[in-house]
Amino acid sequence: MIKTESFYDTPAPAGLTGIKAWLFTHDHKRLSLMYMWAILFWFVIAMIFGLLLRTELMSQGKTIMGPEMYNSLFTLHGVIMIFLFVIPAIPAIFGNFFLPIQLGTDDVFFPRLNLFSWYLYMFGGVFALISLFSGDGFPDTGWTFYVPFSVEANSNVSVTVMAAFILGMSSMLTGLNFITTFHRMRDKRMGLMQIPLFTWSLYATAWVQILATPVISITLVLVVVERLFSIGLFDPDKGGDPILYQHLFWMYSHPAVYIMILPGMGVISEIIPVFSRKSIFGYKAIVWSSMAIAVAGSLVWAHHMYTSGMSDVSVFVFSLLTFLVAIPSAVKVFSWIATMHRGSIEMTPPLLLALIFIYLFSIGGLTGLVLGAVGPDIHVHDTHFVVSHFHFVMFGGTGFAFFAALHFWWPKMFGIMYEFKKAYIGAALTGIGFLFHYVPMFILGLQGMPRRYYDYLPKYETGNFLAGFGGYLLCIGILIMFVNLFMSFKKRVPAPPDPWGATTLEWTISSPPPVHNFIEKPRIMEYPYDFSEVARRVEKAEK
Amino acid sequence: MNKRIDKTGIKIGMWLFLYSEIILFGGLFVLYAAYFYKYPEFFSEGGKELNRVIGTVNTIVLLVSSFTVAASITAIQRKAKKQAVLFLIFSILCGVVFLVNKYFEWGAKFHHDIYPNSETLNSGEVGLNIFFGLYYIITGLHGLHVIIGMILLSISLVFVLAGKVNESRFSMLENSGLYWHLVDLIWIFVFPLFYLVL
Repeated sequence: MIKTESFYDTPAPAGLTGIKAWLFTHDHKRLSLMYMWAILFWFVIAMIFGLLLRTELMSQGKTIMGPEMYNSLFTLHGVIMIFLFVIPAIPAIFGNFFLPIQLGTDDVFFPRLNLFSWYLYMFGGVFALISLFSGDGFPDTGWTFYVPFSVEANSNVSVTVMAAFILGMSSMLTGLNFITTFHRMRDKRMGLMQIPLFTWSLYATAWVQILATPVISITLVLVVVERLFSIGLFDPDKGGDPILYQHLFWMYSHPAVYIMILPGMGVISEIIPVFSRKSIFGYKAIVWSSMAIAVAGSLVWAHHMYTSGMSDVSVFVFSLLTFLVAIPSAVKVFSWIATMHRGSIEMTPPLLLALIFIYLFSIGGLTGLVLGAVGPDIHVHDTHFVVSHFHFVMFGGTGFAFFAALHFWWPKMFGIMYEFKKAYIGAALTGIGFLFHYVPMFILGLQGMPRRYYDYLPKYETGNFLAGFGGYLLCIGILIMFVNLFMSFKKRVPAPPDPWGATTLEWTISSPPPVHNFIEKPRIMEYPYDFSEVARRVEKAEK
Repeated sequence: MNKRIDKTGIKIGMWLFLYSEIILFGGLFVLYAAYFYKYPEFFSEGGKELNRVIGTVNTIVLLVSSFTVAASITAIQRKAKKQAVLFLIFSILCGVVFLVNKYFEWGAKFHHDIYPNSETLNSGEVGLNIFFGLYYIITGLHGLHVIIGMILLSISLVFVLAGKVNESRFSMLENSGLYWHLVDLIWIFVFPLFYLVL
């Protein structure tokens, strides 16, 4: 490998220096890092909010905050986690960095639009901050902004809603950029079935983003319009129908769940074969299941509304469709496990995190079926069971995929290695804390404890205390993981171009990559997960 | 980055964006459908109060302007800069005419105390309130798109005058033109839904 200047030392466009080299950059790698710091900031904020919520619930009655504050905090926790962390996290950070490289090209198709998306993201974040410190107090509607409360509440809902609108634009433009890059910038010799699975998953995600995001945009616009002009489109007194709001809202927000999980699945599909030293099982099945999830996932939104009073026919149809989504998801889980079967497994922190992902995501998926079936759903609707279910998928799934991606690509992005032992401890603690935190919520939910309630009956106290205790374990685990990663900046143990023995294109270039990614023409393999060469290399080293 | 210009790629990006705009209006059309089903008689009553003449004039204005935008793109490809400029100015003027008409149309409604949260609508039938609410939101959002389209066309006009848009690089003009066609296309659906079928 020729020694080359990394993108840190080469501004793009050329000539920019200092902070300008970052703020006006067109380089997808610099943008990815800028996203990373902003997203991590919001993640930590929302995590602290979550921890405060669970601390409040650890004992009956008032513990550390009043009920209004509690309502605001769960709203903010939801809004920030969804719109500022989970949706952008993997596509904006790792997608921006690695999608062009995995396609064998030098940047995304619209580099300036990419920069614009980043500014929209920051702008949306600033709006969210403004909504906190202006007007008549924090928004307290819950992240779903359900009418009529969101229209009538005195709190600062309009600004928060506008923030969500802007963030939606940002994620949609990123999706648009990825699709165009995928089709027009891909190396000419790379056929569709030679594309790495992470990029495939981002492609499927991008379609959902473009398909669904405008619906939330118009819904949020309507909330603001209603607040300003009180037309009454969702107000029964004026002839409106509040249920229609729920339909419009979930028409986006359910597909958004797949915007969140699909990139995570893509990350896992990269990590599992690398550390099993074995070609991924069912490459085509995984590609097709990504697309199938994107399509089927767009048609299941009303399963959030079984108790809203819609007709039995729609309840039946949406329940059936919901069950269909489980099939492509299961195809992926089985493919990952089949990949590991008889592989030559090498344990590393990213693999451990990926394994935790598979375990937690499976639980999240299976409990999703409980909620997808109408009978049990009516029993546990709006209880802690639901809270636990979607945290298993969003956090146990996407969250852990995000951590896994951080540990997997960290050496490539920064050119340095982190310490394995601390990473293991952090990951294991996060996993254990996670189970302590969320399993009690399943039980609480089945016993009938509603979500979003400030106080509860004495019989729920043990469960809530355990959950709070788990929350602290979880946060300590995450803290250890992050501190360990950040310590690597201090020690600066250089990482080789391919520390893991991986096969996709990003591992063929130096760490960190040069500004145009490829110095010489990338060598496109016939099949992206062919480990025969890696195996030969290892054998030679052993001799 | 500027060495190669992939016009197809730029167009793909633009079409994806236009598609998202259609979905944006799609949400409103869903509301229209649901409420039309719920209040058919009030929709027909409200629809009769809308001014068909102004609606028709506006439709013609937009269709003509769509043609002139397309003509200006062809003109620039044939290196006829002056023609292109004239066609563009005419299209922007059409946009102005459309908005002026809209202003008079809305103004007349306001004059009759028909606007969101007005006394007449609040105390009258709820079906009528929903109809006019949708009317204001949909035509209002469309009007906003007309304004955005005019801004885009104006920017393209400046670029044409400055020579930045020319026979070999006209993606900016072409995409602004596409956006203008979208504005037109949405109106083609809005017009019958509010003025004709009811």
